[in-house]
Amino acid sequence: MDGCRACAEVCPADAIRIVGGAESKESTRGNEGGRPKKSRMQIDLGRCLFCDECRAACPADALACGGDYRLATRTREDLLLGAEGPRLAVALEDKTRRLFGRSLKLRVVSAGGCNACEADTNVLTTIGWDIGRFGIQYVAAPRHADGLLITGPVTTNMRLALRKTYDAVPSPKLVIAVGACAISGGLYREQPEQMGGAGAEVPVDLYIPGCPPHPLTILDGFLRLLGRIGGVRETAGSGSCEP
Amino acid sequence: MSGRRLVHTENAEVLPVGDVPVVPVVTFRETVIDSVRDGARLVAFFGRPQEDRRLLVFAVLAMPDAGPLGVLAMAVDGRYPALTGACPQAHLFERELAEQWGVVPEGHPWLKPMRFHRSWQPGRDAWGRDPEQDPRPGVTDFYSVEGEEIHEVAVGPVHAGVIEPGHFRFQCHGEVVLHLEIALGYQHRGIERALVGGPDKRTMPFMETAAGDTSIGHATAYCQAREALAHSTVPPRAMALRGVALELERIANHVGDLGALAGDVGFLPTASYCGRIRGDVLNLSALLCGSRFGRGFIRPGGVGYDVTAGMIAELQDRLAEAARDAAEAIGLMWDTPSVTERFEDTGTVSRETCMEIGLVGPAARACGVDRDVRQDAPFGIYRFTHIPTVTWDTGDVFGRAHVREIEILRSVAFIQEQLTNLPRGGTLAAVAPPAPESLVVSLVEGWRGEICHAVLTDGAGRFARYKIVDPSFHNWFGLALAMRGEPISDFPLCNKSFNLSYCGHDL
Ligand code: SF4
Ligand code: SF4
Repeated sequence: MDGCRACAEVCPADAIRIVGGAESKESTRGNEGGRPKKSRMQIDLGRCLFCDECRAACPADALACGGDYRLATRTREDLLLGAEGPRLAVALEDKTRRLFGRSLKLRVVSAGGCNACEADTNVLTTIGWDIGRFGIQYVAAPRHADGLLITGPVTTNMRLALRKTYDAVPSPKLVIAVGACAISGGLYREQPEQMGGAGAEVPVDLYIPGCPPHPLTILDGFLRLLGRIGGVRETAGSGSCEP
Repeated sequence: MSGRRLVHTENAEVLPVGDVPVVPVVTFRETVIDSVRDGARLVAFFGRPQEDRRLLVFAVLAMPDAGPLGVLAMAVDGRYPALTGACPQAHLFERELAEQWGVVPEGHPWLKPMRFHRSWQPGRDAWGRDPEQDPRPGVTDFYSVEGEEIHEVAVGPVHAGVIEPGHFRFQCHGEVVLHLEIALGYQHRGIERALVGGPDKRTMPFMETAAGDTSIGHATAYCQAREALAHSTVPPRAMALRGVALELERIANHVGDLGALAGDVGFLPTASYCGRIRGDVLNLSALLCGSRFGRGFIRPGGVGYDVTAGMIAELQDRLAEAARDAAEAIGLMWDTPSVTERFEDTGTVSRETCMEIGLVGPAARACGVDRDVRQDAPFGIYRFTHIPTVTWDTGDVFGRAHVREIEILRSVAFIQEQLTNLPRGGTLAAVAPPAPESLVVSLVEGWRGEICHAVLTDGAGRFARYKIVDPSFHNWFGLALAMRGEPISDFPLCNKSFNLSYCGHDL
């Protein structure tokens, strides 16, 4: 159904873009190659709330929510989905990985989060998940940390506190953005009261999408970053997870 | 006597906004102050600017003995004599009003910003601040105690644990806390302002993330308001399922809190078990709708997903198992005197204080105050099925823990009964556009207590003002008072026994 924008219109996070097709008429008509360009859909997982509204709105039942929990990426661009799943995070380069691979201490900063990302980050410390066994721990002081885990869109009121906490972490340091808010501002990205995510303030090394991400998605992201799983460049929805 | 100065309404009943009496400031003050003195409670207090730049200030009162809600309004031109001195429940509401609209409640004993944002009314600022500058969060006066042996402890906004940001200032004498002042606002992301002009596609997710651990509670409050404004009804099956979801949210959070309380006194068995069981309950919400936090389940007109017979059976089995495990895990802690000893007589709030400052939820019920929206202003399924209110009378950490423990049992029984007798039929009804020039007050008993959404529509049926009062708004001051005279080392325990929302307060 060329020209249909039902999904993009209902999306509360404006995460869907329809590129080509009816939206850009010139490119369709003036296409030298003769083959009319079909419209393509692009979903920005960094904004997506996983709310299911797009699927429900699709008259052709063309959309489905995948069941794959593996979603974390190393770059913001890798979260832009076309026909393929996200390019999953690859491990840190050797030198940093030698430093953090067996022991990663994170300081969690909630900067406007709704407490759901925080809760599903925290749940990894309970006995059901026990991230301690992977050498990962949330610590109280930024000075004891190897990096920050940030949730929330970074409210203007948390900007300074986030900056100070970041500065207090000794280098080299990592930043992990958890949830749509921390990746892009998410649902709040148009609010003047926030900065549009962690990337506006500090460099981000790992993006874990979701609203909130499932604990498995967060854990998977950590382990990929540390090179404990994955390895070769993988796309979610294909390939397997190699422990 | 105050009856004629108020219009009475019920939970989620729609009212033409013109029915709300706009009374002179003196009458407004007298009515609110007298009603609260006689046992009413200030549920909401908020402003809406008028064309003549005056601010129409609304008060919503819960009448004593589960009476109706009373609503009245006054028009304020720049300043008015504050209510707070005579009515402590108005304290934070009046600071909020001043910060949002730049009006000055004169004689307010502690008039300072609470969320640290710019005034919403161009050209009007209660503190005469530079309109081009973002206020600096936490930069304000703090109550301080003086004396040679007094010291001050400042904590936050970034804390030690995985927790939202807030700033706490303790005035201590040795170990003992004389006074605690809590400064919030770090989570402010402008939800109320963003809701104006709605409903639109962002409204529902805003509700579900107003306080993300209370997605079902806030979503239900919104949908009730939205449906009332459309004169729509919810199919019985959906009504029952909403109750199931709300009680699941309560159980998950209560179990989590009890575990965390045990953890705070170093009793790991209960902490560990409850951490896991909380997850098991969240996974039941995921069974309903795919989200552990119930996102997407509550929708205007009903619920977003139906349940099959197979799902009902699975829900019932898994809930029964989680309930058994929870009872056992919590029992371990009560069998341990070193735990009960730490909970008893710690962080006590008296019944009088509770009434005076208007606590809600388990924090109020632990002070012996029989206050629960499910009973007092029943909504949805609670109009047909009774859930007994749980109270305790010690007002301490133990009381707040014990009330939660019993509420888990009640909620489990309620869910099992609902699922066994689930009405047949549809789960989602069509909802008409909201009525113009109307007011609706929608209350829900969330797991932390009373959630209030007060909505005013304009001539076109759009939201002209959307006021959200999270239970935390009423209860943060309770935590501050609970700390008086306590050793500062008990702060984590007292804090957890209230477990209040930062984002729900900051919006
Ligand atoms: S699931 Fe994601 S892409 Fe689809 S409507 Fe919701 S936010 Fe938009
Ligand atoms: S991404 Fe979603 S769940 Fe996470 S903090 Fe933002 S609104 Fe909450």
